[in-house]
Amino acid sequence: MLKKLRVVLAVIFIVCLTALFVDFTGSAIDPLGWMAKAQFWPAVLSFNIISLVLLILLTFVAGRIYCSVICPLGVMQDAFNRFGALRVRKAARKFRFAYQPEKKLVRYIVFVIFAIGMIAGAFWAGARVWMALIEPYSMYGRIAADVVKPVYDAGNNVLAGIAEINDSTLFYRVTSVVGSGPAMWVALISLFIVGATAFVAGRAWCNTICPVGTLLGVISRFSIFGVRFDESKCTGCRKCERNCKAKCIDVKNRKVDYSRCVTCFNCTESCSFGAMTYGIRRNIQATEPAEPAKASCDDASRRGFMTGLAAIATASVAKAADALTDSIKPREEKTTDGGFADITPKHNPEPEQPIVPPGAISWRNFATHCTACQLCVSACPNEVLKPSTSLDTFMMPQMDFDLGYCRPECVRCSEVCPAGAIRPITVADKSDISVGMARVYMHSCLAAQGEAACGICARHCPSHAITMMPFGGDRVGNDGLPLRRPVVDESRCLGCGACENLCPVSPVSAIRVDGRDAHTTIG
Amino acid sequence: MKNNKFQYDPGRRTALKGIALGGAATMAGGVGSIISSCTSRKEPDRSKAAVGTGEMTYRVNPNTDDKVSILGYGCMRWPSVPGSDGVLDQEAVNELVDYALAHGVNYFDTSPAYCRGQSEQVTGNALARHPRDSYFIATKLSNFAPQTWSREKSMEMYNNSFKYLQTDYIDYLLLHAIGQGGMENFNSRYIDNGMLDFLVDEREAGRIRNLGFSYHGDIEVFDTMLKWHDEGRIHWDFVQIQMNYVDWLHAKEINERNTNGEYLYNELAKRGIPAVIMEPLLGGRLASMPENLTSMLKNARPDDSIASWAFRYAGTPEGILTVLSGMTYKDHLRDNLATYSPLAPISADEDALLQKVATMMLSYPIVQCNDCKYCMPCPHGLDIPGILLHYNKMVNQGDIVTSVDDPNYAHARREFLVGMDRKVPKLRQAAHCTDCKECNKHCPQSIDIPAELMRIDAYAEALRRGEVSV
Repeated sequence: MLKKLRVVLAVIFIVCLTALFVDFTGSAIDPLGWMAKAQFWPAVLSFNIISLVLLILLTFVAGRIYCSVICPLGVMQDAFNRFGALRVRKAARKFRFAYQPEKKLVRYIVFVIFAIGMIAGAFWAGARVWMALIEPYSMYGRIAADVVKPVYDAGNNVLAGIAEINDSTLFYRVTSVVGSGPAMWVALISLFIVGATAFVAGRAWCNTICPVGTLLGVISRFSIFGVRFDESKCTGCRKCERNCKAKCIDVKNRKVDYSRCVTCFNCTESCSFGAMTYGIRRNIQATEPAEPAKASCDDASRRGFMTGLAAIATASVAKAADALTDSIKPREEKTTDGGFADITPKHNPEPEQPIVPPGAISWRNFATHCTACQLCVSACPNEVLKPSTSLDTFMMPQMDFDLGYCRPECVRCSEVCPAGAIRPITVADKSDISVGMARVYMHSCLAAQGEAACGICARHCPSHAITMMPFGGDRVGNDGLPLRRPVVDESRCLGCGACENLCPVSPVSAIRVDGRDAHTTIG
Repeated sequence: MKNNKFQYDPGRRTALKGIALGGAATMAGGVGSIISSCTSRKEPDRSKAAVGTGEMTYRVNPNTDDKVSILGYGCMRWPSVPGSDGVLDQEAVNELVDYALAHGVNYFDTSPAYCRGQSEQVTGNALARHPRDSYFIATKLSNFAPQTWSREKSMEMYNNSFKYLQTDYIDYLLLHAIGQGGMENFNSRYIDNGMLDFLVDEREAGRIRNLGFSYHGDIEVFDTMLKWHDEGRIHWDFVQIQMNYVDWLHAKEINERNTNGEYLYNELAKRGIPAVIMEPLLGGRLASMPENLTSMLKNARPDDSIASWAFRYAGTPEGILTVLSGMTYKDHLRDNLATYSPLAPISADEDALLQKVATMMLSYPIVQCNDCKYCMPCPHGLDIPGILLHYNKMVNQGDIVTSVDDPNYAHARREFLVGMDRKVPKLRQAAHCTDCKECNKHCPQSIDIPAELMRIDAYAEALRRGEVSV
């Protein structure tokens, strides 16, 4: 019964959380956004007291329910574990595991490295974001965003194609920036490593590498409730032990390692004699592991090392420098009717100061909180947020206006961010927050060069910070009108990138935004 | 009054003297029953249109005694190979041409500029498979671009027409779209380089059987051409004008630089110059229109397509030689064949109804775009007709809203924005208009295109932001 309840809740959590990642309409944020905020590590980073107190209390009272129900990476491992059972002969499926002593040394070494990285992150953002490679929520986030979402989008686009044929707007085509680049490779590699581990060894990842697992394990070691032996009923058949994917039940000694038990209730469900039950632990003392197993210790650390290595390799090959070619192309004369002129895609140079979304408060606040879970990247409907490829901000979202701009009516990233990197703001707040500053590059500006009246930037500036001003005395443009150029009022510029994105000069816009290290309010 | 048999005054006209071979001026039963948008880029309607049961109506050209079908094939909207970025589909064109010839169409109107310059070749290929005396070819000297104003370049264009159309004579040659850019432009294109004299000589030599012009824009040019005709300076064998039941009396209301069809037609009729009609459908705007207008026409003739009214209207005056229709799909062709086999002339009552429809149409914020694509390619990559046509479609559907309080707001917003993204890629949408005004030089309807694009962009932006008043 308890197991059924656990499975149902776990499925609800993972499905809803995945829905939050793949949804592109923004309608999942209101009902499901709290699920990301209930995740442990984001709650630590955003200092979300409510979530932290509830999770710690839950663990202290009931054990690591978090790991078997709330944590999506944990639930995902259970799924892989189930697949893993299929490779075994049917009769043996339910008897795949055996007790193993806790690999305490690995657990704590990994945890200490993680903790040092997180603290060092206050000084160098890179330390924190690299540690996020083994942080369970953001690991799952990257898998959902970069592996699941592209599939979901593709499915949607098939339906959109069908809708289009039937002249219906029920489904519409979406494009997204996820599903490519280093973030996808990191997601695929972590999916492979965690998936393969779960496939053969149950919850080994959670009980050796996962820093959240280690931390909650410290608490659950002393939890009030837990699974317990009824020694009067136990026959020592080891059925529970063979079913324990955390490998934490030692039947020989009638002991359970509560630091590793994820309260999955497989043992209570499998016991034919009712000897395994869940309730107040009779013996509050922690179960000591028999001896640290050194051989498999190497194995696990090698795995961790490989993850890091692969991530570094993919990140370093990802970046290629592009030459600046910001000149106006000569216009071809029209001789026949119809057809389309080619459009050169935008490829603007990276701003000197990375631009982070309104709500991030400052570059520093953003960088010290972000776990690179990609939830904001998936949520951004304007293709503005993209995972960074540089080493010190690896996979952290950055604003880039090549495909779209930060639209005034949208605050989705601020609504979804669970880690406090982007704080919640309203549309009204947003109209006041300046995240960057636009600058005009006269030598390539169509209007300044007299190619066209243009004024696209001025027309589309949501804060009316850009005006077209006459300059150059008597000189006139191709249309015979006096030359005008865009002028930016820096006190009103929001840095939203509308001007940079819509500027007709390509690949490098004639008006570009540079970030502000600390956001300001205008007006 | 001289030549008053050509005078067309639908209000007072009582009977019609048909020159039609079929003779019958009554509409045969079982005539076309689809609403087919003859020019829209949407998928063809798959419902069957009954091809007229009678024979095609023909008109006789008094200059050469050509017996010309009242339905002329406009070769500016040939189908292209799907997914080929506009490469014309020769096989499909062959099929359309074969079908048209088999059902009595014998006038094919092309130009070196049409379909990104592919039309003459593709049309020529399709027609060359049939005996040369079974059809009439009309093509044009389309030297709009200043780089083609020189005698050499214009000659090259003229000679290429013979090569591409695989013929040694052209039945109808037109100076293409005179009036745009005024007399100055006209002189540069045809007088200063001696091309007009050359073409007159070519007519003497028999390589051109009929010489005429097509007209849009500045009325001074039209009047001057007819003055020259009256003075005997040049004889125009035919003239191509824009005429339909909206332009007949309301051309000025659409754009003050335009001239009413009534004037244009009557000026030709009183001189006995046969008129070729273009834009009978106003680029499809007379094939699909707001719902209440549709029902007015459907009430009168439930089984007739909306487009058929426009075609019957354009074909009714006797001085009309042929009515051009750019038929992309066979459904369009079938519907038009149904309308014209034979032509049932517009009665006085029907004419009054059409004038009422025309007046009401003008109260809608429709952009007067005919999807002729003369504005394309836009140097900045915009899909101008795509944007304007989508806007018009929303107007026709009743999906243009003015406030978030409109009960239809959510639906209209979705239809507009999703539909626009579907029809026009983001980078080709109205937000990217640089106001360079290059398009305005080419628009035969004298639409202020950048102004319309900015208006549509502002509307789309207000929808995206969910602003209270749109």
